[in-house]
Amino acid sequence: MTPFDRSGAAADTLRGGPRRRRLRGRTRGVPLPLLVPALIGLAFLVVPLIALLVRAPWRSLPELLTGAEVWEALRLSLVCATAATAVSLVVGVPLAWLLARVEFPGRGLVRALVTLPLVLPPVVGGVALLMALGRNGIVGRWLDSWFGVTLPFTTAGVVIAEAFVAMPFLVISVEGTLRAADPRYEEAAATLGASRFTAFRRVTLPLIAPGIAAGAVLAWARALGEFGATITFAGNFPGRTQTMPLAVYLALQSDPEAAIALSLVLLAVSVAVLAGLRDRWMTAP
Amino acid sequence: MTRTARRTGRPIQVAALGAAALLALSACSSSGSDSSSGASDSASASAPGRVSGAVTVFAAASLKESFTTLGEEFEKAHPGTKVTFSFGGSDSLAASITGGAPADVFASASPKTMAIVTDAGDASGAPATFARNQLEIATLPGNPDKVSSLKDLTGSGLKVVLCDRTVPCGAAAQKALDAGGLKLTPVSYEQDVKAALTKVRLKEADAAVVYKTDVHAAGDKVEGVEFPESADAVNDYPIVRLKGARNAGAALAFIALVRSAEGQKVLTEAGFLKP
Repeated sequence: MTPFDRSGAAADTLRGGPRRRRLRGRTRGVPLPLLVPALIGLAFLVVPLIALLVRAPWRSLPELLTGAEVWEALRLSLVCATAATAVSLVVGVPLAWLLARVEFPGRGLVRALVTLPLVLPPVVGGVALLMALGRNGIVGRWLDSWFGVTLPFTTAGVVIAEAFVAMPFLVISVEGTLRAADPRYEEAAATLGASRFTAFRRVTLPLIAPGIAAGAVLAWARALGEFGATITFAGNFPGRTQTMPLAVYLALQSDPEAAIALSLVLLAVSVAVLAGLRDRWMTAP
Repeated sequence: MTRTARRTGRPIQVAALGAAALLALSACSSSGSDSSSGASDSASASAPGRVSGAVTVFAAASLKESFTTLGEEFEKAHPGTKVTFSFGGSDSLAASITGGAPADVFASASPKTMAIVTDAGDASGAPATFARNQLEIATLPGNPDKVSSLKDLTGSGLKVVLCDRTVPCGAAAQKALDAGGLKLTPVSYEQDVKAALTKVRLKEADAAVVYKTDVHAAGDKVEGVEFPESADAVNDYPIVRLKGARNAGAALAFIALVRSAEGQKVLTEAGFLKP
């Protein structure tokens, strides 16, 4: 115990002392059978990410990341994830409203169908999209012969694949918020002469804005990481359909160091998004 | 109340299913080892060079059909053995082998991908070339776009898919294009030869540059068009026993079958060229 230490401790009691004591008390209260698995769980989730940092080729990183294809893939990833989120917002929010506010026969079934892409393997989603919207698909066939539009191998195809897997996250989040929001405000607006759409626009939307934002962030993050449906439905072409996850996968086949470097970029972007938005939208009020 | 009961009922069902699946799996593996040990006993009396047990073969996606046939023949010839395959892009297979994947045999679609394994010191002995493969253009049935040469695929508004340059079929396609002095912009670089072919089978692409053997295996779902530049891009297929092989005897026996006259017949029927 040096005097320095003691003064530090004294300063501690002066400033953050009580708070610290309270925290320590809480730690002591955690039973070992809970603490040990909790720490194992934490390690399980964090160690792989640390491994990525440890094994990263830091010295050659600048070289690996200055290739034009990397930035093309990153730009495409960001653009497509944002577009997919926009698509999800435009059709997903009304869908969530329908599920939360309107009684109709088969609502449970519709809700189950909407959430299906959450549990469906993405590659199955990609196959399903091919069967529906491919050049030879049940809808895509007509798109091709009437409008000359084919979606596979296009950037639009990437957006569709990403929206398919990401939209359920938004719908679930918004529907949950709608259910928690008090419908009496909307009813009050209706008694004051507002139409149902006006009430939705002026009352409901501002009320559930945090839920929409949280859902949009989730959907965006899911879209950014999308791999299976994208490579199955949209293929892989640098600058057009090759997003970061595809670039990582194909780099791993020939140049693992490049794959690690690309993964780092994606990790950094994801962390930045979470850090930037977490306090604002993701924490419970 | 009933609702909660139903909710808790589901996880229990799932757990029960999982437990049943686990039991079935363990039953499988134990009966498997039982029968294999029994077989090795009987084999010691009858067959020369008895082999038994499981053998895991990592093989290039283009070998799927012929190796599946050879695997069945191997199991028939050596009762008590079980051949398990993992087919995929040669590069990703090589990467998983150097990453410690438990495999006994590796058959790759190019010497370059084989070198990844041998350079890492994961091979036992020198790889042997057992087959060669030539490229072909796969088109829609009936060849509606009248593709007759590699040049027809360039700049004609056709949707063409190639393998990514990181996998052997992509590297070979690039070699063929270079040999013909051609430049081709595909709509997609697929992750392996089967994925490229699938895009044509589903009619999403008009043509793909794949191996002759893949066109052959797809039957009448696609039509093959040969092109002279393919002679400059013939891939050698090497096979090797891996150092980490847990069943060295069976691994050697499988390689011997692949290289035997019998094995060569299966490979030739699939469209491979003799080494």
